[in-house]
Amino acid sequence: MWARAVWLGLRASVGGRRGFTSQAGPQRSGRITAEVIEHLERLALVNFGSQEAVASLEKAIAFADRLRAVDTDGVEPMDSVLEDRCLYLRSDNVVEGNCAEELLQNSCRVVEEYFVAPPGNISLPKLDK
Amino acid sequence: MAAPVLRCCCSGRRWAFACIDRGSRHGRGAPTGSWFCGKRGQRSVAQQLLSAAQKLRKGEHEWTAVVGLEIHAQISSNSKLFSGSKVHFAAPPNSLVSFFDASLPGTLPVLNRRCVEAAVMTGLALNCHINKKSLFDRKHYFYADLPAGYQITQQRLPIAVNGSLAYSICTGKKQSQVISKTVRIKQIQLEQDSGKTLHDDFRSQTLIDLNRAGIGLLEVVLEPDMSCGEEAATAVRELQLILQALGTSQAIMADGQLRVDANISVHHPGEPLGVRTEVKNLNSARFLAKAIDYEIQRQIKELENGGEILNETRSFDYKLGCTVPMRDKEGKQDYRFIPEPNLPPLVIYDSASLPANADPQQVINIDRIREQIPELPSVTREKLVQQYGMLPEHSLTLLNEVGLLEFFQNVIKETRAEPKKVTSWVLNTFLGFLKQENLAVSESPVTPSALAELLNLLDRKAISSAAAKQVFEELWRNEGKTPAQIVSEKQLELMQDREALEQLCHAVMEEHPQVVMDMKKGNPRAINKLIGLVRKATLNRADPTAMFHVPPPDAEAEPVEADGRERHTPASPHPDPAPRVLPPRDQQRRP
Repeated sequence: MWARAVWLGLRASVGGRRGFTSQAGPQRSGRITAEVIEHLERLALVNFGSQEAVASLEKAIAFADRLRAVDTDGVEPMDSVLEDRCLYLRSDNVVEGNCAEELLQNSCRVVEEYFVAPPGNISLPKLDK
Repeated sequence: MAAPVLRCCCSGRRWAFACIDRGSRHGRGAPTGSWFCGKRGQRSVAQQLLSAAQKLRKGEHEWTAVVGLEIHAQISSNSKLFSGSKVHFAAPPNSLVSFFDASLPGTLPVLNRRCVEAAVMTGLALNCHINKKSLFDRKHYFYADLPAGYQITQQRLPIAVNGSLAYSICTGKKQSQVISKTVRIKQIQLEQDSGKTLHDDFRSQTLIDLNRAGIGLLEVVLEPDMSCGEEAATAVRELQLILQALGTSQAIMADGQLRVDANISVHHPGEPLGVRTEVKNLNSARFLAKAIDYEIQRQIKELENGGEILNETRSFDYKLGCTVPMRDKEGKQDYRFIPEPNLPPLVIYDSASLPANADPQQVINIDRIREQIPELPSVTREKLVQQYGMLPEHSLTLLNEVGLLEFFQNVIKETRAEPKKVTSWVLNTFLGFLKQENLAVSESPVTPSALAELLNLLDRKAISSAAAKQVFEELWRNEGKTPAQIVSEKQLELMQDREALEQLCHAVMEEHPQVVMDMKKGNPRAINKLIGLVRKATLNRADPTAMFHVPPPDAEAEPVEADGRERHTPASPHPDPAPRVLPPRDQQRRP
């Protein structure tokens, strides 16, 4: 689960370089502050839990930081290797859907035809009388 | 598992489903689909505006309020923005969901041509520059109704930019002064809608319906060029009319097809803008205006009491009529935007740049779409003013009330009465009755043909104006009868027998010597009193014009002011049907 958070963290720092605003910002020193960890935990809905996990995250960032060694001066960044392709346009026809039963098999809890959301960042309103 | 659920469902009325999804709240909207709560509603908004303006000057300095809007409009299309599942408002939960909408691994977005065309057409109608190349981005946040963990939107380069929206506001005592205003449009972007989250308070669980997930949205960003709730609500109404005229969105607020977030700040004139707050999830025009005006007053009060405004997100509590901070956002959101790697740039063309031999199914031509733009509401209003000599504020009302324009045009088609008369009857009498019973035009018991026939009777002077009112009231209550039937049943035809009328007039004058004396003394209201008495005696069958010309019993008594105007009540300032005044019921009495 935390691997996903690391991945997101990486993406955040890569994003920062591309000009997207990112509060986390690149950590050049290799050490990650408690604030950044807290921020990542909140964004990723994941609890790092141990010092070990944090160390692992730092290693992963250091690994990815090697990308910075590549000289990209004067090279226009690409969004994707397919960015010069035509964007295919679909005509507005209904061809999918009606598969609630199949989809709901992915959910560990179901009420009627609804997914039951896992407890997450959704704060339940207090039951007012 | 199924059995207790079913039981819960049967006793389901206890099940408080608080639907607090961020996109919209699908509460019960105004049942009639009418915009403001009638003229009364309009007036109260105007009064609020007036009191807001007064309060703005209350402290040591003047305050200026600045309001900007972000509007999400669901695109009217058969299928979703990036998948082929159906777009429909009320369907069984999760029945309109494809594998892509549920973010199953291995699925890819495929852009719906219709949604792009709708965005281009809306952009053109709102005087935008259409970007021939636009880009898609991912905006990340975790919420259970967003299964991918990101929304595909257009953050860096949206499809349309730099437009404007013109709208008109009625002010003044009788709402008769029309002021034109313009708000700049920063951009229009294509994006995906999220699913819906239902909170089952009773059992403390969160239920997810993905039917809405992936429906195409137009996010229209309005620059902060507005300064109060009424301006914002009027601008949104105009945008709604334009979207509906274009057919690019049904834009029904009560169904969540149009959702508004408002950014609000206050400052002293000449000083930099204040810190702004964002009020989210405004799902009716009335609440939009109320929430904004409340928030402006709250900020002024806070600042005058030495407090400070936090850059926060608030929601509007429509029961309490105030805005409250939303608890769920701590610190600034970090959406971690990245380019959407699965969608290359969206390129659209005009006739000049259109590549030769291009597959017509795969290219979108801005010039072709421009040709397809239907008549916009501003043009419709202008036509009404020119064609029927209508006042601008009347054309505004005709378009603002759902279905009223069509009703008016159907009456016009079938009647010989003058357009001005028709306008007056539709806007005063007909709309007044609708408002009184809180009905929509489509729910009216009176059909356009019936009103047209009634106006024909009035036009050829078969009945008096007051009798016409009475017939209208009968039409309203007894569906099925034609105006002519009612007139003959109730014997409401205008008295053609001049002698009988003269006799009656003389009899009335004899019965009321005091009033005749007053009239002789030069009291101009006295004659109205006499006419009123004769009308009452004849059940509105006497022609007031004819009465003016009844020769007096003695030569000295002459009508003071023979203007021949019909008067509903003595000394009424309005010669034509008095708005929202019902004909008195005691006119059923026989003479």
